[in-house]
Amino acid sequence: MSRPNTFDVIIIGGGIVGTSAALKLREFGLSVCLLERNMCGSRSSGINYGGVRRQGRSLAQMPLTQRAHGIWGRLKDLIGIDGEYVRSGHLKLARSEADMESLANYRERTAAFGLDLELLSSAQLRVRYPWIGERAVGGSLCPEDGHANPRLISPAFARAAMRAGAQIFENCPALGFDHDGQFFKVKVASQTAPLEAKYLLNCAGAWANSVCEIFGEKVPMTNSHPLMVVTDALPPFMNLSLGVEGGGVYVRQVSRGNCVLGGSQGYALDANRARPGGDGIELVLKGALELLPNLKHAQVVRTWSGVEGRLPDREPVISFSSKVPGLVHGFGFAGAGFQIGPAVGEVLAEMIAHGQTSTPIEAFSINRF
Amino acid sequence: MNESPIIIGAGPAGIRAAQTLVEHGIRPIILDEGMKWGGQIYRQQPTNFKRTSQQRYGFDAGHADALSKVFVDLLDQVDYRPQSLVWNIEQNRLDVLQHGKSTVLSWQSLIVTTGATDRMLPFPGWTLPGIFGMGATQIALKYQACSIGERVILAGTGPLLYLVAYQYVKAGANVLAVLDTAHFSSQIKALPGLLNQPKQLVRGLYYVGWLIAHGIKIRRGIRLMRAEGQDNVQSLVIKNEHGEVETLDCDAVGVGYALRSETQIADMLGCEFKFDPMQRAYLPLKDLAGRSSLEGVYLSGDGAGIMGADAAEISGERSALALLADRGVCDADAAPMRRRVKDLEDRLQKISRFREGLETAFPCPNDWIDQLTDDTIVCRCEEITFGQIRDTITECDIREVNRLKAMSRAGMGRCQGRMCAQSSAEILAHLSGQPLGEVGRLRGQPPLKPVPAQVLADAWSPKTERSTTERSI
Amino acid sequence: MNKLNDPRQANQPQFRRLQETDRPTIDFFIDGQPCQALLGDTVLTAILTNQRAVRHTEFSGQKRAGFCLMGACQDCWIHLESGERLRACSSMIESGMRIVTALGEGPAT
Repeated sequence: MSRPNTFDVIIIGGGIVGTSAALKLREFGLSVCLLERNMCGSRSSGINYGGVRRQGRSLAQMPLTQRAHGIWGRLKDLIGIDGEYVRSGHLKLARSEADMESLANYRERTAAFGLDLELLSSAQLRVRYPWIGERAVGGSLCPEDGHANPRLISPAFARAAMRAGAQIFENCPALGFDHDGQFFKVKVASQTAPLEAKYLLNCAGAWANSVCEIFGEKVPMTNSHPLMVVTDALPPFMNLSLGVEGGGVYVRQVSRGNCVLGGSQGYALDANRARPGGDGIELVLKGALELLPNLKHAQVVRTWSGVEGRLPDREPVISFSSKVPGLVHGFGFAGAGFQIGPAVGEVLAEMIAHGQTSTPIEAFSINRF
Repeated sequence: MNESPIIIGAGPAGIRAAQTLVEHGIRPIILDEGMKWGGQIYRQQPTNFKRTSQQRYGFDAGHADALSKVFVDLLDQVDYRPQSLVWNIEQNRLDVLQHGKSTVLSWQSLIVTTGATDRMLPFPGWTLPGIFGMGATQIALKYQACSIGERVILAGTGPLLYLVAYQYVKAGANVLAVLDTAHFSSQIKALPGLLNQPKQLVRGLYYVGWLIAHGIKIRRGIRLMRAEGQDNVQSLVIKNEHGEVETLDCDAVGVGYALRSETQIADMLGCEFKFDPMQRAYLPLKDLAGRSSLEGVYLSGDGAGIMGADAAEISGERSALALLADRGVCDADAAPMRRRVKDLEDRLQKISRFREGLETAFPCPNDWIDQLTDDTIVCRCEEITFGQIRDTITECDIREVNRLKAMSRAGMGRCQGRMCAQSSAEILAHLSGQPLGEVGRLRGQPPLKPVPAQVLADAWSPKTERSTTERSI
Repeated sequence: MNKLNDPRQANQPQFRRLQETDRPTIDFFIDGQPCQALLGDTVLTAILTNQRAVRHTEFSGQKRAGFCLMGACQDCWIHLESGERLRACSSMIESGMRIVTALGEGPAT
């Protein structure tokens, strides 16, 4: 504010969490500098499946996911584009009676949270969704869940944050961190003097642990590599996003007709990049074709993988630092950060601006390890 | 245990590489996407066709026959697999699709000879039926004994323009005009460079002279403005060398400016690339022998940089010699080997200077972007227009090609950028005010080309079974 | 069928055969209409010696006729009535083939 290199908040990482936090912080009137070492939304936020769903999340995530649902409902007002977001419904298929029981259980446990889950029997599936193969014996439908294009959404949050006055620097890695008791100091290549801020927000995704480590609170984070396969454009036949109980394969058809199939895992090329392997691609297709006979004549046109960070309990870290006042963490979404991302951004902004948040986040404390 | 080397591609480079390996007692596997060996330049006609080599290859007939015979004589000493697409490649394995089935091969040494396609510069209306690449125009005749239309215009620049015109007229096609974007003065200026390959130069001059003598209009310094027609091309609007607009009736256009290398295998393997200003494209790094940045991976022929068919043969042999030396099968220091290597490398040097001459004689027009209208399709597969690309660049402040693909969809379709990546990069460079070499390089993933989902689903087997990957015989 | 109403009369062949015309005939179908080609034709040649276009794009329906003839541009994919996909320039025409030129409008299975 007073000096050009001083901000209220420096955010490390321009994925959906960092950029939505930047946008909210600007709403609260704080000055924001966001450092993204590649391009905003080019990492985990850009290489996920694109599912925007509440169904399937843990109870601990329910308040966050509901909050996010409200944000997604006014996405266009917030970021200026619809990002191909549709509330198509999310159908989680059961492939056995045990799966069906599991789905019924989940419906009961989450009843209070407004997901409006509807259990469907095998007969109902055949009538409503005749394109689903016989492997499915039933399912659980969340009518207002849906999907969007991840490549468009995070960059749009970044642009909205910039329009609101956030300073966002792409291709600008943070080269070093320091704290002088009052200010965080962050070194970047383009400035001789470090950037300074009272608050440091760690949204560095799969690489957030290096920031944690610098401040003495390393977490047991590992990497996963989602694998996605895309077909050529097919005549529209699927009007919801499909998953399976127990995980393993997920499919959605975009408005242009391509089917995005996810599952299996790619593998790392180095700390920053991953790629699909032949086996993984084949496995995804095996699972998808078993579920969806309509894919029989489809062609695979492209595939991708990427890097995601996860903690052992598959819950993120959304937490004040346990070591340094002014440091706040928001990372480790285990491949499920797309839908809740915008809500997490708001929560992090509240934690910084107001010292607290109305959304329960105890389960995501960095102290739990 | 030393596995058989695998050669990807069976054009002139692949054929000579195979021959060289066999001469030294090695039996390679050759994975050829085509139906028969020869690549595109020496593409063989269907077995029930009767035309002679002379009819199809003209002056090159003798050479084409000789090269094909080389491969025929090798057939029982190699493992030749036609109609085989390498759809995925990784550090230790590759996946091949042949006859509706996908199998895995492990590999230790690879010679990658994936060849080239036409380099495309989009212009308004270029997606109309009846408009084909120059390579396609030649293949229609060479492979299918067809002219691409009743009233053909050939346009663009490069030696292929004149060769195809000559072949077409000789075969009885109706060529209305040959339109070269280059000026005659460029061709004069290039003469010293072109003298590095005197036989090629003489041929080129012969074709031009022959065309003129047969009344074919050759026009230079032209610009393609747009193709027009209801559901197929019916006329071509051009700017002539005086800058005047003319409309030429036609029902087919063959267009080509240069060639571009098929580098997807090298990219998928993780080879290092470097921007080549003359070819205006990123090419995989290789040394004089064809060694890439990865151990065991050799690159030769047009797939690693456009040098032409003769250079492909030379570099195919050179790579195979490097492989043999690296494997310890040959002594690189032995005098005969050193002499042979020097001879090959000297010849490549001469061709390199000839190629520079060609670039001077037939430069790509650098003002083609000015002809684009908002609704000109740039990405054929996804039908993304110039206007959409330009607007995306502006709205999202794009400065890098992968980002442009992600946000505009250009390059996401079936051809994965083969037809549009170069032109998209040039458009991005132009609109964002950056040099072409600084807007990045499009990164690829499997599959190399579209593959049937069911075939891949059927190919999956649990890891334990897969560990016994197919070994070469 | 009245010549004036025959949709294919308005749609002349694109390719012109210059040589090799003395080959066995192959009967096949384009969008349900009986057509003829010659043994040794690719599917693309077979189609383009009968009409101007090989396919309609799945997004705007505009007509395409292939482009590179060497399996690179992927602009000549058609399907058979069975649903199977073929790249027209790289596949040989076979007797009885039933070709559909509108990929996006074909059967879902």
